[in-house]
Amino acid sequence: MQCVVTGGNVKVLGKAIHSLSRIGDELYVEPQEDGLALRSVNSSRSAYACFLFAPLFFSRYAIPTGLNFRCKMAIKSVQSVFKSLATLEKTVEKCHIGLDEQKDRLTFTLHCKHGLLKTHNLSYQDSESLEAVFDKNSCANVFRAQPRVLVDTVVHFPTSLEEVTVTVSDERMWVRNHVEDEAERSKAMLTELCLAADEFDYFAVKAHYSITFCLKEFRGLLLFAESTGLPVSMYFDEPGSPVVLSVTDSVLEGNFVLATLSDNHDLHKIHIDSTQKVDIGDADQPHPPDDFMSDDMDAYLIAMDTSAAPGPSTADPPPPSLATFRKPPAPNYRTRTHSEEEEEDDGEEDPERPPDKKFRSLFFGSVLPPSSQMNTQPLTTQEVLASDSEDETEAE
Amino acid sequence: MKFRGKITDIACLNHFTRVVTTISKLTKTCVLRLTPDHLFFILPGKVTNGGVGMWCQLLQANFFQEYQMEGVTSEVQEICLEVSPEPWSRALKTVQSAKSVKLKLTRKHCACVTVAAELPTLSSVGRVVTHDVPVDVIPRRLWQEFQEAGVPDFDVSVYLPPLKTMKSVVDRMKNLSNFLVMEANLNGDMNLKIQTDLVSVTTHFKDLGNPAWGVDSSQDGGPSQSRDPEVMAEVTVDIRKLQQFLMGQQVNPSKALCNIVHQNVVHLVLLHEDVSLQYFIPAVA
Repeated sequence: MQCVVTGGNVKVLGKAIHSLSRIGDELYVEPQEDGLALRSVNSSRSAYACFLFAPLFFSRYAIPTGLNFRCKMAIKSVQSVFKSLATLEKTVEKCHIGLDEQKDRLTFTLHCKHGLLKTHNLSYQDSESLEAVFDKNSCANVFRAQPRVLVDTVVHFPTSLEEVTVTVSDERMWVRNHVEDEAERSKAMLTELCLAADEFDYFAVKAHYSITFCLKEFRGLLLFAESTGLPVSMYFDEPGSPVVLSVTDSVLEGNFVLATLSDNHDLHKIHIDSTQKVDIGDADQPHPPDDFMSDDMDAYLIAMDTSAAPGPSTADPPPPSLATFRKPPAPNYRTRTHSEEEEEDDGEEDPERPPDKKFRSLFFGSVLPPSSQMNTQPLTTQEVLASDSEDETEAE
Repeated sequence: MKFRGKITDIACLNHFTRVVTTISKLTKTCVLRLTPDHLFFILPGKVTNGGVGMWCQLLQANFFQEYQMEGVTSEVQEICLEVSPEPWSRALKTVQSAKSVKLKLTRKHCACVTVAAELPTLSSVGRVVTHDVPVDVIPRRLWQEFQEAGVPDFDVSVYLPPLKTMKSVVDRMKNLSNFLVMEANLNGDMNLKIQTDLVSVTTHFKDLGNPAWGVDSSQDGGPSQSRDPEVMAEVTVDIRKLQQFLMGQQVNPSKALCNIVHQNVVHLVLLHEDVSLQYFIPAVA
C-alpha cells in the first residue's frame, strides 16, 4: 500500500486522527477501493466514528490488490505522528504512508521543508472488521448547520459534562445538560440553550423527539468540522436509536455514530458487527449472556434491515484468506471465524448492487422494535438470510 | 422574596465575572446577601473552614443596569442565600459576548439563581442560554452570623507589595514549609519567612508605606501612636491559605493592604472603586 497526502490535506488527516482519538484507543485502518477508511470505536461500544478519504484526497493512492488488508493500532502512536498541527501545516510538504507486511508495520514518512524526512514505523495488529451500518436517510429528523453554530452551543456546557439532551420541535432545537439521578438534580447547574430553525442550513423535523447522548464524542466531531469549516449534518430518530453526525465534502466523509439513551435510560450500544463478538454490554449492567460460543454461522447472522435492503439473494463463497484471523487479544473478544465486510457510505442500500459487493450484516437495530434492548444476541427467531457460508453473504 | 438584576454593559459584565471568579477561587460555597444597594459575598470565619473569613462587598449600581429586589418581608429588605460561586463563574465566563445577562431568583425544582443570557446571533431570533444554579435560602434566624466583622484592633497596618510578586514568593515557599510567618512594622517593612530544620528563607519588602487609618485606630490605644515603628507584628499562618488568596486574584485592586494583629489574625483588604474584598487568615494555633 502506498498513499501520499500532500499540502493542506496532511493537516486534515491529522485532524481526523485527533478526532478519532476522542472516541477510542485504537485506530482501525482499512484501505478500500473507494478510499482509505479510518475508524474507531469506544470500549463500551456506544460510539463509533469513521472517516473515509476518497482516492482523490491523496496525490497517490495504491492499495494492496486482492485480499483486503485491515489492521488496527494504538491511536496514540498515530497521533504522535501528527502531533503539532500548527507546525505540520508550516513544515510538512507531504506525508507518505506505506505498508510493510513482512514486519507488520505501517510507515508514515513526513517530507518536511529543507529536505527533512521524519519516518515513523508503527506496528499494527491484524484486526477484525469494524463497521457499522446505519441508514441516515431513514431518520425522522435531519439537520445541517455550520460548525460555528454548534461550537458556540457546546461552549456553554462544562467540559466535564457527560451527556446532553437535544429536543426538537418544528421550529426550534433545545440543548440542555442531562442530569442522571435525582440527588444530583438539586445540586447541579442546569443549562439550556435554544436554537432557532433559521440558524441551521437545513432543518427538517418529522417527529418531536428528545434524545440524550454523550457530549464528549460530539465535541470530537466538532473539532474536525470547525477546523475544516465543513457543515455538520445530524440525523436522529427516536430515543434509543443512535444519532449520526456527518461531515462531507467531495473527497472525504466523516461519520460519527453515537448511541442514545432509550426511554428506559439504558444507553443502547451500537450494533457494530454481530460476528465480531465483541462483548457489547451495557456499561453499567452485567454482560448479557452471549450465544457466540458456537461457531455456527447461522447463529451469527441477524436479520437485516429489510426496509432499506430487500432480502439477500446470493451468498458469495468467502475468499479463503479471510478466515485466517488471529484471535484478538482483548479478553472480551471471542474467536472470530469470519469477517463481514461493510460498505461504509451514506447507508444507501442499493438493491441492484452487483453480487460481488460485500454483505451488510450490521445495522443499527432499526429493524428491532424500539422497546427492545439492542444487544448482540442473535435473533434466532428472525429470518436467517444466509446458510452456512463462511462469511460473505449479500443483502442488498 | 424577589431578585432581578440585568447587566447590559460589556465592561460591567466582565468586571462582575472577574469578581465572581475570584470568589469562586477562594471558597467553594459562601453566603450571598442582597440588599437594595449592595451585594455581599460572605464566608463567616468558622472552624470548619479553618477559620478563614471573607467579606466581599459590591455596589450594585456599578454593575447592574437594572436591579430590583424585594426582601423576605417588607421591613427587612434583604435576602440571604447560600450559593456555590463556581458554576456562576463558569456560566458567566461563557457569556461574555452576550447582549444582556439577567440574574434572577427563581424557583424551578428548587430555589435557583438563573443566569439568562441573550446571545448575539445571525438569525432573526436571539439565542438565549439559561443556567439554573441551585441555591439554598438561609433562614432569618441565622442571619446574625453574616454581619460584617469590624476591622480588628490591628497592631500594624501596611500596604501590600504587588500581589504577583507575593504570589511567586509564596508559591516557592510552599514547597519548603507548611507554615509561613508574615510580619510587618510601621516603617513600611514586611517580611515573609519560613523555617525548616534545614533552611530558613526570608523575603524582605521595604518602603511599602503604612495606610493612615485616621482617628479610629488611636481610640483603642491603637498602634499608630505609641508603637515603636521598628517592632514587627507577626502572625504564623498556614501557607496554603495565603496561597489560595493570592492565586484567586483576578481583579487588580487600586489599594491592597494588610492589617496584622500580633499572633492572632492577618486581615487582608483589597479595594477597588466598586468592590472591596476582605480576607481573614487566622494564626495557626
